[in-house]
Amino acid sequence: MFKHFLEFFPTTKQKNNTFILEIDYKKIDAFMCNLYGFEILLDISAVDYESDGLKIVYIFRHTNLINTLVLSSFLPHKRVNSIESKFKMASWLEREVFDQYGIIFLGHSNLKRVLNHHQFVGHPLLKSYNITDGQICTKSDSLEDEINKEVKKTSFSKDELMFLNLGPSHPASHGTIRTLVALDGEDIVAAVSEIGYLHRGFEKSCENHTYSAIIPYTDRLNYCSSMMNNIAYVKTIEEMLDIKITPRAMKIRVMLMELSRIMDHLVCLAALLVDMGALTNYWYLYNPREAIYDFLSKLTGSRLTVSFMRVGGMSNDLHETWLEDLQEALKQVQEGTETTLSLIKDNKIFSDRTIDIGVVSKDDALNMGLSGVNLRACGVAHDIRKDSPYYGYDELDFDIVVGEHGDVYDRVMARFMEIDESIKIINQVKENLPDGDVNIINHKVVLPPKQNVYNTIEGVMNHFKLTFDGIQVPKGEYYSSIEAVNGELGFYVVSDGSGTPYKLKVKAPSFTNMSAYPKMIIGHQIADAVLTLGSLNIIAGEMDR
Amino acid sequence: MGLDSPTFGNEVITTKLDEAVNWARESSLWPMVFGTACCAIEFMSVASSKYDISRFGAEVVRFSPRQSDLMIVAGTITYKQAPILKQIYDQMSEPKWVISMGACASSGGFYDNYTTMQGIDEIIPVDVYVAGCPPRPEALLDALLSIQQELRSKAYDPNRHKNFKGLLDV
Repeated sequence: MFKHFLEFFPTTKQKNNTFILEIDYKKIDAFMCNLYGFEILLDISAVDYESDGLKIVYIFRHTNLINTLVLSSFLPHKRVNSIESKFKMASWLEREVFDQYGIIFLGHSNLKRVLNHHQFVGHPLLKSYNITDGQICTKSDSLEDEINKEVKKTSFSKDELMFLNLGPSHPASHGTIRTLVALDGEDIVAAVSEIGYLHRGFEKSCENHTYSAIIPYTDRLNYCSSMMNNIAYVKTIEEMLDIKITPRAMKIRVMLMELSRIMDHLVCLAALLVDMGALTNYWYLYNPREAIYDFLSKLTGSRLTVSFMRVGGMSNDLHETWLEDLQEALKQVQEGTETTLSLIKDNKIFSDRTIDIGVVSKDDALNMGLSGVNLRACGVAHDIRKDSPYYGYDELDFDIVVGEHGDVYDRVMARFMEIDESIKIINQVKENLPDGDVNIINHKVVLPPKQNVYNTIEGVMNHFKLTFDGIQVPKGEYYSSIEAVNGELGFYVVSDGSGTPYKLKVKAPSFTNMSAYPKMIIGHQIADAVLTLGSLNIIAGEMDR
Repeated sequence: MGLDSPTFGNEVITTKLDEAVNWARESSLWPMVFGTACCAIEFMSVASSKYDISRFGAEVVRFSPRQSDLMIVAGTITYKQAPILKQIYDQMSEPKWVISMGACASSGGFYDNYTTMQGIDEIIPVDVYVAGCPPRPEALLDALLSIQQELRSKAYDPNRHKNFKGLLDV
């Protein structure tokens, strides 16, 4: 399949399903015209090689939905043509690279900062920028320039419209998303969103911590399902190290990932129904989370931010009463979702509020950057668990839920059905859990048992070296991803051979989902905008990083 | 309050005005949850059935600063967010209290970097800090109880933060 591509680019390296290719900057435009089948854009980033210059990185998915291409190129003049006209989602991604690295995208319609505040000076992800140099913001951006541009595209003049800020401090906008809308009566005629209110410098922090010390930071990306982020991260590092984890660890990870999917969907649905005014459902859906918290507390010692995974396995094996605790949690989840569905399924208010609201067509969905359940709700059957299975997902019996209309209703119902599918997966795995260890035996990766650390000099040295120097990941770059709750959660890692990543970029589904949002609410009313946002399940920690 | 005062029998309760007002305040703190991140998810648990903040009279969660008197800052505050936090705090009318929930709000937590405010007390005065990343629901309830305790034991002092000067105060 890739014969032609590999002949054309003989320097391409391949690892698993990922191709890694570096080209000359003069050839970027020609590549973008052809794309060689890699027609789905996933992410854009950059790497600062200090005296060697800045390198731009594009990550593409092939139309076979399996293979990934990491395309990079040094930019001696720190500028490159924008691909915004070809990929709608590139707009925000390019703004982020401009914001963090100062690369100019020629022909971009709105090249301004997206994560850092408008008074920020400099580009924080450049290696020359000191990590602790904070800059105070005294006043929020008015966004006037952006909204005026959008209003000009409509048939209205500025004086006919009313302008309203939705957020950032608004319960439906998670305290972190600001949308400025131009209103004709109740109808939204133009909208721009501002994010970055929860930009916590994840990527810069990673460049200053060892591979193991990054795990707690990954918890706080999507804090509704922290386990999922843990796993996505350690899986990438394990693949870079060519490590195969034990069968038991693999199955436990599948189980915990699906449990995370359930608990995340529960919060999303509970909050969305509150936004709609249906408070009762909140208790039905949120309370089962407490049962899951109980399970997680016993297993990991923590309710929300678990930091449970380790490169090469996990912190500890399942606790003694895990099966009963898990069954109890799943029982409560099932009761909760059934009760809620009985209240909303044939409910006219619910249908009227959700059907044909915030519609995205099947053709637009990928181009606009939708991912995961939001993408599938539009009718695109793309699920990494099926398309390029990992951890034995291909041996499990489950369906992927695909919608038809891509409206709020489809996104909500898809989440309810995904909860059922996840329960199905957990039930299959818990019945056939393999015996054995959860950690591999490799003293270069996994910490030695405490007994050795306390009693032998080799153990102490081993512990000391791994903690202070970190896990030594071979030199190179790599991208790997999993099907997380909100879509494809990927990590692009550049290693210089030391115990700390040279560069680490998260391909965050919430970021690209959010970039599609302002276009989705045009023509709807304010109350619909709130539901559309709720149905996308934007998690700010992951979006702003 | 003098519930067992013998002078007027059972029909009349004698007390000091301050004490009556504090008793009312203490039992009806309305939180303005400035939730931004992980801690806000734990606040959802605090408000849910199991931990149930309404046992302490503080379940009327208002996102409108004009209607609330207890600000709970739940989550990381970045430099970009700071002017908004300050504005909302200023919009709350006296009497008001602030709980800083979690490591990020209290000190920046492990985000010691270019974008994260190293504690909200750089911009607004804080009454109670809650440790944890995120704190357990019980810890937040404990912070609420300590504010109630203080209300019960001494008169409310509106000038207690008079000398506070934050980074955004001109």
